[in-house]
Amino acid sequence: MSSIELKNIVKKYGDGFPAVNDVSLNIADGEFMILVGPSGCGKSTLLRMVVGLEDITSGELDINGKRVNDLAPRDRNLAMVFQNYALYPHLTVFENIAFPLRLAKGKHSDNEIKEKVNTAADMLELREHLERKPANLSGGQRQRVAMGRAIVREADAFLFDEPLSNLDAKLRGQMRTEIARMQRRLGVTTLYVTHDQTEAMTLGDRVAVLKKGILQQCASPRELYEQPINLFVAGFIGSPPMNFLPARVEGNTLKMPIADVELTGELAEKVKGKNAVIVGLRPEHIKDASLGDNISHGVPFKAVVDVTEWLGNEQYAYIPFDSDPSLQGTLEELDRDLDGEGMRTQMVVNLDSRSRVREGQEADLVFDPSFMHVFDPESGDCLTRDDDRAAEIARDNEEQRKAALERAKSRESNAASQSAEPRQAS
Amino acid sequence: METNKTKWGLAGASVPIMLWTLIPIVWIVATSLKSTTALADQQQNVFGNFWPKSISWDNYSLIFTGGAKDLFVPALWHSIVVCLVATLISVVLATFCAYAIARLDFPGKKAILITALTVSFFPVIAMVTPLFNLWRILHLFDTLPGLIIPYITLTLPLSIWILSAFFQQIPWEMEQAAQVDGASSWQAFVKVVAPLAAPGVFTTAIIAFFTAWNDFVFSSNLTAARAQTVPAALNSFTGASQFTQPTGAICAAAVVVTIPVVILVLLFQRRIVAGLTSGAVKG
Repeated sequence: MSSIELKNIVKKYGDGFPAVNDVSLNIADGEFMILVGPSGCGKSTLLRMVVGLEDITSGELDINGKRVNDLAPRDRNLAMVFQNYALYPHLTVFENIAFPLRLAKGKHSDNEIKEKVNTAADMLELREHLERKPANLSGGQRQRVAMGRAIVREADAFLFDEPLSNLDAKLRGQMRTEIARMQRRLGVTTLYVTHDQTEAMTLGDRVAVLKKGILQQCASPRELYEQPINLFVAGFIGSPPMNFLPARVEGNTLKMPIADVELTGELAEKVKGKNAVIVGLRPEHIKDASLGDNISHGVPFKAVVDVTEWLGNEQYAYIPFDSDPSLQGTLEELDRDLDGEGMRTQMVVNLDSRSRVREGQEADLVFDPSFMHVFDPESGDCLTRDDDRAAEIARDNEEQRKAALERAKSRESNAASQSAEPRQAS
Repeated sequence: METNKTKWGLAGASVPIMLWTLIPIVWIVATSLKSTTALADQQQNVFGNFWPKSISWDNYSLIFTGGAKDLFVPALWHSIVVCLVATLISVVLATFCAYAIARLDFPGKKAILITALTVSFFPVIAMVTPLFNLWRILHLFDTLPGLIIPYITLTLPLSIWILSAFFQQIPWEMEQAAQVDGASSWQAFVKVVAPLAAPGVFTTAIIAFFTAWNDFVFSSNLTAARAQTVPAALNSFTGASQFTQPTGAICAAAVVVTIPVVILVLLFQRRIVAGLTSGAVKG
């Protein structure tokens, strides 16, 4: 249906501060793109520039290859779902959904409008609420009405501005899958803003991570997770977040607070000449050695567990450690960037639920150093990122996305022909 | 039990307030129902000269069909026309102005609000003399437009203040959603903002109407005979001779002009209260 291209987009407010700085993104037809980042990173501003509610200071915005910088929102043919839904309180649910159709004067007859609204209402299970006013609906129902208003338009693209942040946790999960299903079914290009990394990971074909108005990395969720480009992306993606440990470089050895790791090959070359680096370790890559899982070349270490949280299917253990004063500043700044509270330096370990490690115990732990990410403390760049592997993940992801879209399309046409047959018969 | 107690307590406390505000009105009604003789003779009234023993409609027939007809009936028409036109113009202007103040960021925004407030603080009587001279030169003296214009000035600041508070609490997203849905700015205003602001506009209209309806100073000074409104006309009632006071007729006329106000308030009291409190309470 349509592609959206952002070329070097900049947004500067009156005081000259760039809220969005030189962002370039290419959203393919039918793709689900997520904009994610901590508060104040410019993600909503970027979305509002795409829809036309904010002026673009410089750069170019193309929809279907046509420059739309100077078009009014109504001429861009985009549909948007707002954070507070922005339903019209004086209109019924039916009229709310029909609103965009009624505005396109003369284009649709009354019967057509009725049919389109009913189709959208069926899809969102709003049929029995059509005559009610938005004030009498629950949060989830209002959310669905807002989506109905977007669907009925047959717009070139859907834009979502944190659509789930006003819902409670359970409903949020349900609506998340609902949005994913709807997007696949309609195959419509989607741009979705959120601050929640779980939403970003689960919904997106690709995720664009922003920090202070600057695009950090735009890649598939898998690539962001396995091959983050820098400290910020590594810390933002994943829950519980990646552990960052200060490490001194002594020859070919990395001296971390918990253990020492011998470096070999390429990585040893890269860290040569540096005094210290930051090591990133995902919580699930650290195992309980006493369970007997065989990790070849694993680095064993002992640590006293401070607190454990048993969740049934897994278990979190928290291990405090002393930070390196020379890297303290970098780590604290990173924590602030990630909206953290900077409470204490501790490591989170995601243990198997079978593990018998309890508070105050000294645990035998082990990790595989090949899962380790190493970051340059000055630039924040990831030294262990494997570009070939990243490209492979991107290719694989793109193939999967196209296949999924194809499957959704054929399912849709099957359903359409099945429902058309009995109609012809009668 | 606790809630019942507070309920009765509140009811008890409101009785004196109701008496305080109601007695003057009932008194005017009672006086308007007294015949000329009853006005002078205590024996014909009950409750210590308060309510007449036999109700007489003489005063009403006097102002509608009798001797005071030529004075009162045109004045009533003038009142209705002047107040409706002034209210309409002032509310329409205030709606646009308040919308601009609530939505747009332009230099001089504060200045408009402060000027509006200052104008409404200005004592009305101080403007009357210069206006009187000006109106004579412009041939606006004793004409309907000559009253409508000052009434617009009188009600506009009030309307702008009430309405801009009202517009400010309509979420801007609503309008932006309409624009994304394909509406022009004007369509968004007409189809989304205006219906949402309707209770506020209505409240403002009623308040503006009362302000103009009750005005005495402008009407008594800027008109002579051809454009007088009821409050001014009441002042020029005379008795049958210079020794009789037109008390009964004045009271009857006062009752007649109070009735539309009372009816309006009773009909729309919910909306007025909602409109006045809506700026304060998030709904």
